[in-house]
Amino acid sequence: MAKSPLSTAKFLLIFISWWAIWAILQISLLIGFGLPLSTAITDSLVSNTLVALCCGFISNNMQYYLPKKERYWYILFISLGLSGIILLACKAILVPLLNDHIGTLTGGGLPGSGTTPGIPGPTTDTGSVLPGTSGIPRTGGGILPTLDYSQFFSRSWAVRYDIVFLQVGCMSILSVLWYSTEEEHENRQRRNDAERLSKEAELFKLRQQLAPHFLFNSLNSISALIGSQPEQARKMIQQLSDFLRNNLKKEEQQWVPLSEELQYLELYLDIEKVRFGHRLSTQITCEEECLGLRLPPMLLQPIVENAIKFGLYDTTDAVTITIQARKVEGSYVRIDVTNPFDPETSRPKKGTGFGLSSIQRRLYLLFARPDLLETHIDNNLFTTTVKIPQQQ
Amino acid sequence: MTQVNNPATPANTTTTPVKIILIDDEPLARMIVREYLQSYPQIEIVQECSDGFEGIKAIQQLHPDLIFLDIQMPKINGFEMLELVEQPPAVIFTTAFDEYAIRAFETHAVDYLLKPFNKERFDKALRKWLDQRAAKTTNAPSRSTNTPNPTTQSPSSKQDQQTHTPPADPTMALLETAAQSPTQQQRIVVKTGGKIKIIPLEDIHYLEAADDYVKIHTHSGAFLKNRTMSYFEQTLDPTQFVRTHRSYILNISQVTRIDPYEKDSHLCILQSGAQVPVSKAGYVKLKQVLGL
Repeated sequence: MAKSPLSTAKFLLIFISWWAIWAILQISLLIGFGLPLSTAITDSLVSNTLVALCCGFISNNMQYYLPKKERYWYILFISLGLSGIILLACKAILVPLLNDHIGTLTGGGLPGSGTTPGIPGPTTDTGSVLPGTSGIPRTGGGILPTLDYSQFFSRSWAVRYDIVFLQVGCMSILSVLWYSTEEEHENRQRRNDAERLSKEAELFKLRQQLAPHFLFNSLNSISALIGSQPEQARKMIQQLSDFLRNNLKKEEQQWVPLSEELQYLELYLDIEKVRFGHRLSTQITCEEECLGLRLPPMLLQPIVENAIKFGLYDTTDAVTITIQARKVEGSYVRIDVTNPFDPETSRPKKGTGFGLSSIQRRLYLLFARPDLLETHIDNNLFTTTVKIPQQQ
Repeated sequence: MTQVNNPATPANTTTTPVKIILIDDEPLARMIVREYLQSYPQIEIVQECSDGFEGIKAIQQLHPDLIFLDIQMPKINGFEMLELVEQPPAVIFTTAFDEYAIRAFETHAVDYLLKPFNKERFDKALRKWLDQRAAKTTNAPSRSTNTPNPTTQSPSSKQDQQTHTPPADPTMALLETAAQSPTQQQRIVVKTGGKIKIIPLEDIHYLEAADDYVKIHTHSGAFLKNRTMSYFEQTLDPTQFVRTHRSYILNISQVTRIDPYEKDSHLCILQSGAQVPVSKAGYVKLKQVLGL
């Protein structure tokens, strides 16, 4: 639920300042109409306090009920209604409180016809005087009407209603806007959260795509080694464990230096070399300055796995996989993975290549760019190129 | 050769050695089978092969009684290799993980070993085969197959919908199920002369029935494959290949024009200029796939 604007210290302060300004203005206005200071203050404080309470009520009320469709009619009617109530309450409080009080003050003047509303007097006002001229006691008027407070109130109700309606209406509009924005903000937040969660889940899934084929075949190799070469078997178990541990622990946000990723890659390649024996050889080249560059974890392994899979299963000869990392302009680290293939029998589609769509998807989720993964065919060599923008 | 405690063989086995070929691209995977076989002195490993091409050659030259066959291998996989062998020997499959392969094994009761496997499991599979073989030799001697009658097996649901009867040979049934795997749906492996040709599906213009064979017309000529039209109709991607006629399946990306021809029938003109007949029912199917 959105917080009420008045619950924020900043807005409360603004609200109080506004209230004070209105109250002072009203006092000066009333004095200008000839009311004594104390009466003017009481009048202003009471009516403005009522308005303030009403504004608090509106703002609080809308916290629980915000009209959706007919909101502008709602604002209009609630403002009209509440202004009426405020005015009635003002009358009920102020008239009994101030009636005799004002009587004594106005009684000091000349008795006149209090029933002529059209003629302003220097001490009291009937509302027909322009506000601009108020504050300066009229001296030219011949007749000074004596009004008691109740009469004064009756005559000024339209102006009062006007002012109160403006105040309340203003508050209603502000509240509606406040809560609408607040609600939209919350919705957006929720949507963002949901998107982030699903993105993270998808990234997690894409990262966890460990080929079961690799795992079971590696275990089978270990099983074969145990009898004749137990030392070698133990070494391979160690490598496989390190590989799996790496695979499990990495978080998407924790980018790793290229040197670490290449170590991890070598671990993987060592296991594959035990499996495939002399058929598989690899060649990794990396410029010295690249080693410290960072990239998302486990991005290269699936690319290399793909290269091995299609290199080894698409030809019967010995296969060399080359991995080359270098820094390119615009602060990217560029990695090329090359494998041989047989153009006679397989037709890697341009763009995403063989099994690279999940890597493509992952890069898109991470960088919102579709152009970071490219493939290239040169005779019987298939090259996968990935570019990782470096965070500044 | 020491006659050690041998659980697998009855005391009075045949004197001729059992010939076995191991086909697996991973040396260590062959090594473990070799190691397990050491306790079977009557069994002789006549050759080890690291891919399907070597496998076919060895089978045809040495006529083994049994082969251990991996599925995922370079160039052609175990199933494709088996397709190309006339009169395949008994097979025990060894594979790590392939859901299509495992489904094929389970529906067609061929014995298979999931890597990594232990000696007990290995012995069980081998003993089963040896027992069947012993039973066969005492009865009418015939070509050895390692599987019993597939009476209880139900063919895959896809086959049920079709009118054709499932193949009687369990090895054929196995291969048909295995052919539904994604890797095998991207190509067709044929033997032409002494050579093996892998045809990517994009290269196919159309298929034509030819007696017991299907003639595959491609960029680089026509090839024969001993399969039925219904087999191809089921295994090829139906959005790409349409059976337009009892005797024809065509690759829709090759179509340039469809002309009316006689009453109720049409003629499809392909990019290569070939003309493929389209029956009334075939025309309906073709229009559907082309979105007309």
